[in-house]
Amino acid sequence: MPLSDFQTVIGLEVHAQLLTQSKIFCGCSTAFGAEPNHHTCPVCLGMPGVLPVLNQRVVEYAVRTGLALGCTVKPTSVWSRKNYFYPDLPKGYQITQYDQPICEWGELVIDTPSGEKTVRVRRIHLEEDAGKSVHDASASAGQSLVDLNRAGVPLMEIVSEPDLRDADEAVEYLKALRDVLVYLGVNDGNLEEGSFRCDANVSVMPKGSTTYGQRCELKNLNSFRFLKQAIEYEAARQVDVIESGGKVDQETRLWDVNKGITRSMRSKEDAHDYRYFPEPDLPPLLVSDALRDSQRQSLPELPRAKRTRFMGEYGLPAYDARILTAERPLADFFEACAKHVSDAKKLSNWFLGELSRLLKEEGTPISALRFTPAQLGELLATVEKGTVSANAAKDVLGEMFRTGRPPADIIAEKGLAQVSDVGAVEAVVDDILAKNAGEVEKYKAGKKSVYGFFVGQVMKAMKGKGNPGLVNELLKKKLGD
Amino acid sequence: MSSLTDLSMLELAAKLASREVSSVDATRASLQRIAQVDPKVRAFLRVDEAGALKSAEASDARRKAGSPLSALDGVPVGLKDIFLTQGVETTCASRVLEGFVPPYDATVVRLLKEAGLPLLGKLNMDEFAMGSSNESSAYFPTHNPWDLTRTPGGSSGGSAAAVAAREVFGALGTDTGGSIRQPAALTNTVGLKPTYGRVSRYGVIAFASSLDQPGPMARTVGDTAALFQLIARHDPLDSTSADVETPDCLTGLEDGVRGLKLGVPREYFAEGMDPEVAGTLRASLEELEKLGATLVDVSLPHTKYALATYYLLASSEASSNLARYDGIRYGQRAKDARGLKELYTQTRGQGFGAEVKRRIMLGTYALSAGYYDAYYLRAQKVRTLIREDFTKVFQQVDAIVSPTSPVPAFKLGAKVDDPLSMYLMDVYTLPCNLAGLPGLSVPCGFTQGGLPIGMQLLGRPFDEARLLRIARAFEREHDFFRRAAPV
Ligand SMILES: [Zn+2]
Repeated sequence: MPLSDFQTVIGLEVHAQLLTQSKIFCGCSTAFGAEPNHHTCPVCLGMPGVLPVLNQRVVEYAVRTGLALGCTVKPTSVWSRKNYFYPDLPKGYQITQYDQPICEWGELVIDTPSGEKTVRVRRIHLEEDAGKSVHDASASAGQSLVDLNRAGVPLMEIVSEPDLRDADEAVEYLKALRDVLVYLGVNDGNLEEGSFRCDANVSVMPKGSTTYGQRCELKNLNSFRFLKQAIEYEAARQVDVIESGGKVDQETRLWDVNKGITRSMRSKEDAHDYRYFPEPDLPPLLVSDALRDSQRQSLPELPRAKRTRFMGEYGLPAYDARILTAERPLADFFEACAKHVSDAKKLSNWFLGELSRLLKEEGTPISALRFTPAQLGELLATVEKGTVSANAAKDVLGEMFRTGRPPADIIAEKGLAQVSDVGAVEAVVDDILAKNAGEVEKYKAGKKSVYGFFVGQVMKAMKGKGNPGLVNELLKKKLGD
Repeated sequence: MSSLTDLSMLELAAKLASREVSSVDATRASLQRIAQVDPKVRAFLRVDEAGALKSAEASDARRKAGSPLSALDGVPVGLKDIFLTQGVETTCASRVLEGFVPPYDATVVRLLKEAGLPLLGKLNMDEFAMGSSNESSAYFPTHNPWDLTRTPGGSSGGSAAAVAAREVFGALGTDTGGSIRQPAALTNTVGLKPTYGRVSRYGVIAFASSLDQPGPMARTVGDTAALFQLIARHDPLDSTSADVETPDCLTGLEDGVRGLKLGVPREYFAEGMDPEVAGTLRASLEELEKLGATLVDVSLPHTKYALATYYLLASSEASSNLARYDGIRYGQRAKDARGLKELYTQTRGQGFGAEVKRRIMLGTYALSAGYYDAYYLRAQKVRTLIREDFTKVFQQVDAIVSPTSPVPAFKLGAKVDDPLSMYLMDVYTLPCNLAGLPGLSVPCGFTQGGLPIGMQLLGRPFDEARLLRIARAFEREHDFFRRAAPV
């Protein structure tokens, strides 16, 4: 059977760092990029005698996420210990949730080429992150260093059912999930810094089969591109194994970025026995009705709902709506601007074009924009009226972006206003036609291609500020068209 | 009885309050007593002479200024080496933690400091609190002041011996399966294991988290009550700490036992008990009856499963709690290890003693995939049944009375090679830990050979005050406390 006779089956386990100021079981900072072991205390260092105290904010964030994904939020869940030895695991166990997680059975709707698809979310659980072992040049030969800044950083693991059927769906799911988490304000969606990470469980089965094949777990997928590549490679590899009469082993595999292959990390045989048991230092995690209700009431409009609304309310195409709603601050800013603009599609063009270029180039977050929605509205109205050309308006926006000054001031100062005065334009048109009598003859004799020359000459004489509509109108009139 | 060190804590506190003696006097007297008897008793792992004297001087200054921090301000005490003390080496009597100087105080240590009690040093114990005789200390066994050839019990045996030998006025111990009560019984001292959650475990090196509970050890019931009140506080740093008010155990302490119903559990007076212990207990029960209590025959049917349940659960938790001693961040590290796995196995192989290894292996096994349901989970279910036994009985009675230890102090070395018979030493004490209840041991007599015998009182959750009151009613009739160990 060729590759095309097989169906890939994928489930994702997503680890999202929660955007709390402090760690999950102590008061240490979660800030990224500090000196090694700077954000540590006896608790997250696993000193003898220390005890965990739960950061309530973590619970709020998990409940919020669960509600947004339509999960059942369990009134009682249980902390467990996952036991294993590793130098970056200070206590020799990780506090996590095991058989009784805080949220269960939700779903996330994604777009696929054949329409919408609902992916089931099996569970959401909370846990602490481990530290980091550093094997780099700053250590002397044969030494490894341990940085425990991350130890105890709160993580939320979101586990999907194996409902995804190809790499594109997996990428779509991961993007949609990231958008939701970022919207909720519980995660920064940063794959590079590892605050949003993904493992994929991949298997293949003959098309039409209902029995899943043996799955492999792919680790270390820290970009959408790697997720896609790794799944595609792994599915093909598994088909090869089966085609050549072999059996797919249950194992954990790593995506080798440099070689573009997955390779075995550990097999089922040397898998850990984590000896889970209920964490005796923490009482069961209780979620009150009051907490759940308050989180439900404060849930924001989620990306998908917002997208649909943008299409209806502003008459935007799906493409525009999706980009505008991908990030909440952008969507909010768009809506604020839309109040000052009559044509939402034109506004959207500015957002998708010039504004997004500026944001990207300058690395400025929406929250730090210097100009106001009203000012952007004013600029667009100026273009509409023909006071400035679209090109000049780009310069004006750039200046507003950098200085926050009102567009009128910038236009005035730079002298960017278009000349729409009929008398002034007419004088120039007359002058150009007079100076080029020979070309006028040719035009009148039928050589219509000369027309562009006249426009060019007029605009040149007016230093580009002639209102193009007016210039055309007068030229045609004078040429007798 | 003229020496300063023979005073009870409350007696000394009265003299400190009247400024008849100073805290420096009392602390010096303790230090002298330690110098004199500890070479024989060997209760101390480390004496912090400078720290204790400095604290005593500060206390005297406060007394002079009329602003003592507490009723016990200036009364010197000792600490089991399981309590983290900032700046003072804390090893839990294990090689694996040798050289470990904690950067922070356990909550109870902080509370004692805030109450102004000079801390004389760190007391010997069974390594990581695993043992019933102090012989599993990585350093040396402690001797029972009543007979130096015998054990003071464990694992808080160093604390019990130091209190009994008048080296300290009182001490803190921890009780996971009887580790405060059993040594108290073997040394003619009073030991209280509070309700689980009553005293903070923060900064107390964990053995079995769901069972461990720090508590006071002293020579009199009054002292025990006073020390208990200092440490019984809700602690936000311990998520299992109960948010209940600090009890007043001293006000009603002398109220007696008239009208109280005391349960005598059938299962605790079964076979295996030393005849002298049994006889003394019977006599003590009659006395309580004479004092006005009513004895009620009660049954705790799941008692026979308690020992197995306890060793499964305690060892399971211990196997996990002790994983952090890996040589990476503190304590001892194997010198010649090559590679990570060797570093772990050698550090732990060299650092832990036999008893600790035995329990880590037992616990690891009980938690392993394939055995979890049969051992750990089943033990949890039995634990629930044991709890329910107590709940039922406490609907009929106000407290339960039993022996503390089935035998008086045994010879050092007698049970070292027989762990199972050693485990039986805790047979009467550990059901109380499984149920999270308060338990107390009070002296109730001596054997013909002059070895102390203890009586155990068990109570409803957070009912420590009543246990202390019952114990005090009994103590008042005897004053065993005036009888000093012949060391
Ligand atoms: Zn910390």
